[in-house]
Amino acid sequence: MKFQIPSLIMAILERDLRLALRHGADTLGAVLFFILAGALFPLALGPSPELLRRMAPGIVWVCALLAALLPLDRLFGAELEDGSLDQLLMTGLPASLIALAKMMAHWLTTGLPLLLAAGPLAIMLGMPSGSMVVLLTGLFLGTLILSLIGGMAASVVLGARRGGVLLPLLVLPLTTPALIFGAAALDAAQTGLSWGPDLELLGAFLAAAIPLCPLAAGAGLRAAVE
Amino acid sequence: MENISVFRGERLVLDRVGFTLDAGDALLLTGPNGAGKSTLLRVLAGLRKPEGGHVLWSGVDALADRSQHAGRVAYLGHQDALKLGLTLRENLTLAARASGGNPDLCMKSLNISGLADLPARMLSAGQKRRAALARVLLAQAPLWLLDEPSLGLDINTMDLLGGLFAAHRQAGGIVIATTHVPLPLPNARTLALPGLNESDIPQPMEDFPEDDLL
Repeated sequence: MKFQIPSLIMAILERDLRLALRHGADTLGAVLFFILAGALFPLALGPSPELLRRMAPGIVWVCALLAALLPLDRLFGAELEDGSLDQLLMTGLPASLIALAKMMAHWLTTGLPLLLAAGPLAIMLGMPSGSMVVLLTGLFLGTLILSLIGGMAASVVLGARRGGVLLPLLVLPLTTPALIFGAAALDAAQTGLSWGPDLELLGAFLAAAIPLCPLAAGAGLRAAVE
Repeated sequence: MENISVFRGERLVLDRVGFTLDAGDALLLTGPNGAGKSTLLRVLAGLRKPEGGHVLWSGVDALADRSQHAGRVAYLGHQDALKLGLTLRENLTLAARASGGNPDLCMKSLNISGLADLPARMLSAGQKRRAALARVLLAQAPLWLLDEPSLGLDINTMDLLGGLFAAHRQAGGIVIATTHVPLPLPNARTLALPGLNESDIPQPMEDFPEDDLL
């Protein structure tokens, strides 16, 4: 056998990024949802700067969490439907590494754009610029966790009918710790408390998810093609 | 050199099917719709685990290390597995990376070099099938598992396919194909799968309530 694992992972990433660029509207959908949902809050809550500033951490985090859910359904669903998943498994790459590559692609096409859009949204909501570093660091870790847990859930519900309904029910409870720590770090930063421990807990969560989620997702992919 | 014997029993679709093939052999799987031809191919490809029995490659259990087995197999499913947004060449990149093969040569042998830079959504059904066959060639694997390879192909391409089959078998490769129409495979053995018995038919119905829970 003449394949090398890193070069195959790169090939899957390249393929997914190219597809994301070709179908730009699908890719931008999640970011658009994020910005629109965030922009609705001032309209609904009234234009009180003080209220918005206090709620900004929660709004940004919840909107990012929901936006990252949107493309999950198609992450493996599209591969299963057109038979590409069979061909991916036939490359000889272990199923868990295929899942990892797809999760990385999800982060690059959804998490990274969300991260870029989070800054402007936070400024719009009046978040003090001092908390921006905490927000972006927390969201960086948070979106990675979302891609890992979301990818795992997407592969587990793959092949199940009405998997799209099941997906948020699986993902949201598993990602609540990330939401709590991320928003708590921002709260602490705004009130002048130490925000380090919350981000460290987020990092610990990520460190546990990196090996575990691809393994579970690989088993899900194998089961889906059976 | 290569010697596969399959002996497996599965509750529903396939019941203790077994055969042995040597290098250069070809096997046609025939049978009515739903007889389990595609299922058998997926088991041989390592995509599905048999509920009973073994797939042996040179006397060793092939499905014990499925990543290694994948390197020996080129699988063509009933779907073409092409991404419509990518060009033909981009569609073949992953398979080329996996095997180290040359996509241009493979596209040339199936007469689709001129389409290499067209997005797959612009291709006809037969052209897509040829692209999927080019990927089989690209895998440079000794065992070809083809699920109705002739689907949508014109007569010229069937001749082309005959030549590719002959070259593959001459080099010691094995072809296992499911089909409903005659394929250009001289001296191929045939395995006719019997299909469902009357008594088996209620069994899949029982599975439905279970599925509905999801």
